[in-house]
Amino acid sequence: MPLKRSTRRTLGRAALYAVLLGVVLLLVLTADWATIRANFFAPAGIGNPFVGDWGTWPDLITVGVKNTLIYTAVAFAVGLALGVVLALMRLSPVAAYRWLATAYIEFFRGLPVLLVVLVMAFGIPIAFQGWTPPGGTVGAGVVGLILVAGAYMAETIRAGIQAVPKGQTEAARSLGMSAGRTTVTVVLPQAFRIVIPPLTNEFVLLIKDTALLFVIGFAADQRELTTIARDFMASSDTAGTSTSLIQASVLYLLITLPLTRLVSWLERKQQKAR
Amino acid sequence: MTDTTFATNPTAPAIEIRDLHKSFGSNEVLKGIDFHVDNSEVVCVIGPSGSGKSTLLRCVNRLEEPDSGQILVEGVDIIDPETDLDAVRSRIGMVFQQFNLFPHMSVLRNLTVAQEKVKKRSKKEAVEVARANLEKVGLGGREDAYPAHLSGGQQQRVAIARALSMDPDMMLFDEPTSALDPELVGDVLEVMKTLASEGMTMMVVTHEMGFAREVGDKLVFMDGGVILEEGDPREVLAAPQHERTQAFLSKVL
Ligand SMILES: Nc1ncnc2c1ncn2[C@@H]1O[C@H](COP(=O)(O)OP(=O)(O)OP(=O)(O)O)[C@@H](O)[C@H]1O
Ligand SMILES: [Mg+2]
Repeated sequence: MPLKRSTRRTLGRAALYAVLLGVVLLLVLTADWATIRANFFAPAGIGNPFVGDWGTWPDLITVGVKNTLIYTAVAFAVGLALGVVLALMRLSPVAAYRWLATAYIEFFRGLPVLLVVLVMAFGIPIAFQGWTPPGGTVGAGVVGLILVAGAYMAETIRAGIQAVPKGQTEAARSLGMSAGRTTVTVVLPQAFRIVIPPLTNEFVLLIKDTALLFVIGFAADQRELTTIARDFMASSDTAGTSTSLIQASVLYLLITLPLTRLVSWLERKQQKAR
Repeated sequence: MTDTTFATNPTAPAIEIRDLHKSFGSNEVLKGIDFHVDNSEVVCVIGPSGSGKSTLLRCVNRLEEPDSGQILVEGVDIIDPETDLDAVRSRIGMVFQQFNLFPHMSVLRNLTVAQEKVKKRSKKEAVEVARANLEKVGLGGREDAYPAHLSGGQQQRVAIARALSMDPDMMLFDEPTSALDPELVGDVLEVMKTLASEGMTMMVVTHEMGFAREVGDKLVFMDGGVILEEGDPREVLAAPQHERTQAFLSKVL
């Protein structure tokens, strides 16, 4: 006699859970927990806040997180300005501007970020003898991040500008506003609202991309989070273990997860407003 | 405040159009339009969809670029590259079917921004002018609202007040009530009637035959990119001469 439809569904579910449980059990039973704990969660690094032992967190935060946020903020702010300029150039009535902006955007979107960072970090000091960007080699590396971020943000902003209804421009022009005035007072403010979620995403990507600065030599107090975490594997209370990498991951997630949540919330809100 | 950026001719008609042609690609939308609007005249433009009414209206402040012909606004050739187009536009109020209020600005800001940036009025003066015009369209007290919180009829009246705040010499309306729920149409038409009675020069593309009959000084019927018939609205509506005017009116009346 065939099983009832509902019974079949229940059995199917049960099978799925059984598989999951099996995999988890297998992992738990085969893993060497003592070694994992020693290598990834060394007490000297994780500390024990209940007894006032903060482990290596303070150094990771006051140097690593701080610098990561500074590099991200600088790269985002300057990249955003660059992105706006490039987006306006792409929409310019002057063909040469359009062509230049398109070439720039395609160029930098087509290269690995790591390569651009390397070229900037080691190329700028050679190409411009006697001039170093603020922050020295690190600053030059950040310039690399800016160049790439600007290219990506330009496309986002262009899409935002084009999403502003044509009637808005027409209304502004019919009131006698010049093209530039219309862009600044009417089009860009509305475009920015549209692109806040994708730009926040861009910010999250930049946070993670600052880890690429790792390839540049750093002064101790200039290290961003990934670099300092890597250094701690060699010399710190947790030397010889990967604990600092786990700690850095936790710190990255503490910053990025709220932001990605924020993005989906903003997107849902915008969708509703439509 | 006086504009000295160009010399208008006070004896010239408000709008004069000569042999205007305009194509979109291979689609010739205006096929030689000759027509004028006198000062303080209310001209209504009617015609089937796609006949070129909006295109004609939008050529008057050059939101559309004409291909050939002449457009004189207060005697000033607006196609002449030497003409300060922004100054001309600031004297021509335009009201759109879709209102086109600035959604990121309050009602008051919608009315003051161009006064300040284009007419260089002080904030204080701009606010005074704006308040007076909001009062005029029956929306005094709604100045802090944002467009999204207003009904379509209210938004359209704000749009009219925004145009009026520039102290225009004439107003262009492109189907100002077509996007409105029927019960909201009356308020907007009422405002337009008041404007007309105050002597505002108006060019109105509309499907509101009642408005045309009651307020219009001249009715223009367009079809296929040409003006087929024009004259006193009451006469044209009662006894259209051209058979296509007759066919059109029999459908809409
Ligand atoms: N920007 C444009 N690009 C291409 N074609 C256009 C454009 N604007 C208008 N047209 C075409 O020009 C013709 C006339 O359009 P127009 O909007 O002037 O008509 P209308 O008389 O205002 O019609 P409606 O009553 O539907 O508003 C139509 O065939 C339309 O498709
Ligand atoms: Mg139209």
